[in-house]
Amino acid sequence: PPPQLEAEMEEYGAGDLLSEAMCAGARVVVVEDCVEAPAAFVLHLLLKRALAAGGGGGGGAALLALAQPFSHYDRVLRKMGCNLSMHRKSERLHFFDLQGFPGGTQGGAIADSLAQLYSAVQRVVETCRAGENAGRFTVMIDDVSLLEVAANGSADDVLDFLHYCVTLTSEMNCSLVVLIHEDIYSSEDGVGLLAHLRYIADLVIKAAPLSTGLATDVHGQLSVVNKGMLIEQRPAKGQKVWSFHFKVKENGADFFYPGSRH
Amino acid sequence: AATSLSPGRVAAPPPMAAAATGTGGQTLGRSSFSRAASSKTASSSSSPTASGVKLGPNGAAFVSSGIPDLDRILDGGFLLGSVVMVMEDSDAPHHLLLLRAFMAQGVVHKQPLLFAAPMKEPRSFLGALPAPVASSKEDARQRAMGGGAAGDGRASDEGLRIAWQYRKYFGDERNSNAEHRDNKQEFSHDFDLRKPLERHLLNAQHIECLSTQDVDTLHDLQNRSSAFLSKHQRKEGGNLSAGRIAIQSLCAPQCGYFGKDWDMVSFLRSLKAMVRSSNAVAIITFPYTVLSDSFCKRWQHLADTLLSIKAIPDEDKDLAKLLTGYQDMVGFLHVHKVAQTNSQVPTQVPVILEASTFSLKLRKRR
Repeated sequence: PPPQLEAEMEEYGAGDLLSEAMCAGARVVVVEDCVEAPAAFVLHLLLKRALAAGGGGGGGAALLALAQPFSHYDRVLRKMGCNLSMHRKSERLHFFDLQGFPGGTQGGAIADSLAQLYSAVQRVVETCRAGENAGRFTVMIDDVSLLEVAANGSADDVLDFLHYCVTLTSEMNCSLVVLIHEDIYSSEDGVGLLAHLRYIADLVIKAAPLSTGLATDVHGQLSVVNKGMLIEQRPAKGQKVWSFHFKVKENGADFFYPGSRH
Repeated sequence: AATSLSPGRVAAPPPMAAAATGTGGQTLGRSSFSRAASSKTASSSSSPTASGVKLGPNGAAFVSSGIPDLDRILDGGFLLGSVVMVMEDSDAPHHLLLLRAFMAQGVVHKQPLLFAAPMKEPRSFLGALPAPVASSKEDARQRAMGGGAAGDGRASDEGLRIAWQYRKYFGDERNSNAEHRDNKQEFSHDFDLRKPLERHLLNAQHIECLSTQDVDTLHDLQNRSSAFLSKHQRKEGGNLSAGRIAIQSLCAPQCGYFGKDWDMVSFLRSLKAMVRSSNAVAIITFPYTVLSDSFCKRWQHLADTLLSIKAIPDEDKDLAKLLTGYQDMVGFLHVHKVAQTNSQVPTQVPVILEASTFSLKLRKRR
């Protein structure tokens, strides 16, 4: 592969199919999954890469965690060779424990709580950008479906919040990675949260089970769709859609084309 | 006279092995799909603590579901700090079998219990909790010998067994389990569904009951759960005492809050967060057909361990041809998700089971 691509591969870690498929520079990444094929592992991988000190300025990340407590991510990422506790101490990682969000006053409007949350995230991003740290910053949300529950079903408020986060990506050279459970929305009529997210995404990574059912060596299939033409980057190998299999391991994941697993 | 078999080897049984081997309370050998890492959970190697809690690697702790077969299928039991959800079959009340076993197991181990159900008097349900199968020396000898009918003419009793479709072999585990069976503080018990749990056990326990019928919000249940769980906070190196929460038919139409979809899923979300940081396990059954597809999926995503029960129709000739032991089966148990056991909290690696559908059988034992 050309040196430029190699360097990017280096930056994103491994030279695996997922990094190849994810063209550099994607600002808004939407990860979709379902009960049969959960994709939290993709978030974990992307978080690890976001925090990896590549070259000069290391990365930074803010994790808005509704699904699990810090100890869970710490445990999981540790097995992947990434020390979240250390990153948190050094303020490379900003962890927002949102298990109880919005919490407190039930009567308070969710819009206010979301606005406060956004301000907090914005502050964190600004602080990181202001420092000598010129590396990529990633805002990650695990997950949007739970954010909708926290908002008591008000998808509009959640969308407003997400749109604000998207503005951060263009103004502050950071990227947004969100996880959403696609199967929750597939039976709905009308244009819901999922459709909106797919629309604003630069990159959509979707995990699905194999049509043939369970298998010990293959946990599912991943499809990666590069939606937009990205600024300053050549189109990623001219390929818009990637599709391959994955197997989740304790220390990461393997990605491979069907039938090519040894 | 009992059949005598050499320890560790059992004559090949018919596929529905549960019918062939058994005297009461017998475990049927190690799973054919034991994973590489599963040696940790062989019950012969880790003796349960007095409180009915079994420790696993990475700080994982389990309590028994009350059904030894199910514990094995889930590779240990129910993980403390996790939420188990059971999708009910509206045609049959088999989820109650799981609940009864779960609650009875907790009572036997003196683990505090919070029980909520859409009944006027949930406490009356406690009368339906089964007693553990009585263990006798005769039984122990029989088990060690590996099977055969009990010759002592004991009245038959019924227990819930979960068997696999394609069991391949038995193993040595059965013998070491037989030794542990006599230990009063064993991790899991077989329960006799025809005998009620002794009253005095129920009165001595810390059992809270709550009705979800005719209450139009979940606030009370949430507050009671919060209070209950605050007594079981997980502490580093603290004494491991477990708590159990059992909620029956959380979204049933009789519940006063029925139809408040966002309230229900919001309650689930907050319960999960509270359970996560505690030494308790919550089991929630729900008649999923009354939920919209969308909300049903939300509930499924919230579960750490997700099971579903399907009733087996009586007198189905096609099924009878397909399944051995069909007459004894009452339903199917499908395992959709299992809370991860490799660490104190679930990890990202999904458990892939060789078989994810099991049959539920009520077994008569002599």
